[in-house]
Amino acid sequence: MNPVILELRNIQIKRGGMLVIDLPALSIETGEFLSLIGPNGTGKSTLLLALSCLLKPVRGSLLFHGREVRDNQAVIDYRRHIAMVFQEPLLFDTTVFDNVASGLKIRGISKKERTPLVEEYLERFGISHLAQRSARKLSGGEAQRTSLARAFATKPEVIFLDEPFSSLDPPTREGLINDLDLILKETRTTALMATHDQSEALRLSERIAVMKEGKIIQIGTPTQVMNHPADEFVASFVGVETILSGTVKENREGIIVVDIGGHTFEALGELRPGTGVTCCIRPEHITLARFPADSGSSARNALTGKIENIQPMGLFYKIQLDCGFYLVAYITRTSLEELSLKTGDQVIATFKATAVHVIRATA
Amino acid sequence: MDLILEGIRQAFFLITTLDPEVLGITLLSLKISGTATLISLFIGVSTGTVVALTRFPGRRLLVSLINTGMGLPPVVVGLFVTIFLWRNGPLGFLEILYTPTAIIVAQTIIATPIVTGISLAAMQQLPHNLRLQILALGANRIQMIWILIREARLPLLAAVMAGFGGVISEVGASIMVGGNIKGYSRVLTTATVMESSRGNFDIAIALSVILLLLAYIINLILTQIQQRERPR
Repeated sequence: MNPVILELRNIQIKRGGMLVIDLPALSIETGEFLSLIGPNGTGKSTLLLALSCLLKPVRGSLLFHGREVRDNQAVIDYRRHIAMVFQEPLLFDTTVFDNVASGLKIRGISKKERTPLVEEYLERFGISHLAQRSARKLSGGEAQRTSLARAFATKPEVIFLDEPFSSLDPPTREGLINDLDLILKETRTTALMATHDQSEALRLSERIAVMKEGKIIQIGTPTQVMNHPADEFVASFVGVETILSGTVKENREGIIVVDIGGHTFEALGELRPGTGVTCCIRPEHITLARFPADSGSSARNALTGKIENIQPMGLFYKIQLDCGFYLVAYITRTSLEELSLKTGDQVIATFKATAVHVIRATA
Repeated sequence: MDLILEGIRQAFFLITTLDPEVLGITLLSLKISGTATLISLFIGVSTGTVVALTRFPGRRLLVSLINTGMGLPPVVVGLFVTIFLWRNGPLGFLEILYTPTAIIVAQTIIATPIVTGISLAAMQQLPHNLRLQILALGANRIQMIWILIREARLPLLAAVMAGFGGVISEVGASIMVGGNIKGYSRVLTTATVMESSRGNFDIAIALSVILLLLAYIINLILTQIQQRERPR
């Protein structure tokens, strides 16, 4: 475990008299990439502002390298060790070069010293050819690259990214995410990103924090959050399509049989019969077949269902099955054609007992 | 019709030959209105910036007063400046009534709300997060304000132009507090009023052409500014 670089304690932030952030503790390790995900208006951006000392919390403290950032001078010193990139590039009305140089200029670094740094980061973000162009004449992607280069040129220890790719089109976004990932790894910069896009978070993060109404509901590795969501809210937010409520019918040494309105399947768990549970099954963990699989398959559950709906989703199709309850599965275009599936067909849906994430129902 | 054509011909002659009287009046006008604009620039930009960046009780009232001030009738300003500078008025001891200084004072009072109002709007038009971005780049308060003013430099130039345009073309206050004294406090507008009342249309037209030309140049610059795009 790396040393903690940034730590929040008992942070409460109010806006218009309403408590918008309530966070008992959050620590960030040196060099990690932490994403804050959650729907719009859950306080992700507000939390980033508090972490970068751009917003003063009602109460609570911020520790940088174990030392509290408190008085005005400490705040300015702290801000000179961090950088922030917003959704809008917020460039200055000057050339790309001068924009990238601005953070260094503010720190009073001489022209001779800052020029090579600026050139280095123009190069890294692939915008050297735009150096003398006016910031007014940039495309969205070029402008956001300039904004990132400006942030990185100051060699920050921590970089805060507030929905940095949200206003970019998909190909531009892909290119920029790849470059950012590379630069973060090379420079070993600690990063915190707020995003409502779980795929961005998955691509870049070592840890993901899911936020709801100003609170962090779950924090963990992408695998933990994706496959073991803490509750239904997290499950639905991280893309679990099938969320079922039922009760435990039997417990056979670690394997439980869950009853969903008269239909049963197996899952892993240590719960007593009669316990109310919520079961989450990710659509990519369900396989569809025309006929029952041979006994060699390790999948424990095989359910027969009728296709209710087939919906194209780019590279794959989303299939809704009625097995007595609704199951959602993803299938590639090729598989769909091979199986020649259409609405109304009977299919066998199989999934492992381990694919079912069981959450004990609250109350 | 002849009157107008003859007037224009004469005016053209007066301007091209750099008639000393016309030239003198023009230069004095530029000097007085330029000085007044410069003073109002200092007061207006700083006030506008402060009001734009801060929140305090009564701010709305102040903003509405500034906006009202943008349309301050010069005659009213002239009246009050005259009263204040009158021999036994509160500031009579300064003895500046009927001097170019008095015109500068009156014009500064007219231009300041205009410059303040436009500066305020210019600063408020900057994206809200820009301030946070500048602070996040490590700027202290002074650096931040300086960068914001630089970012708003074009709309601020518009404020200067509007202020200057307002005072150079104003006649009421200038004539009341300046007295239109030949070769001393006679400016483009006051001279035009006087010459036309005397029937000297050639000089009046020449002075008007110069005023129009100034107005055109100002608006040309303003249009240029307004047509520019903001960076992303």
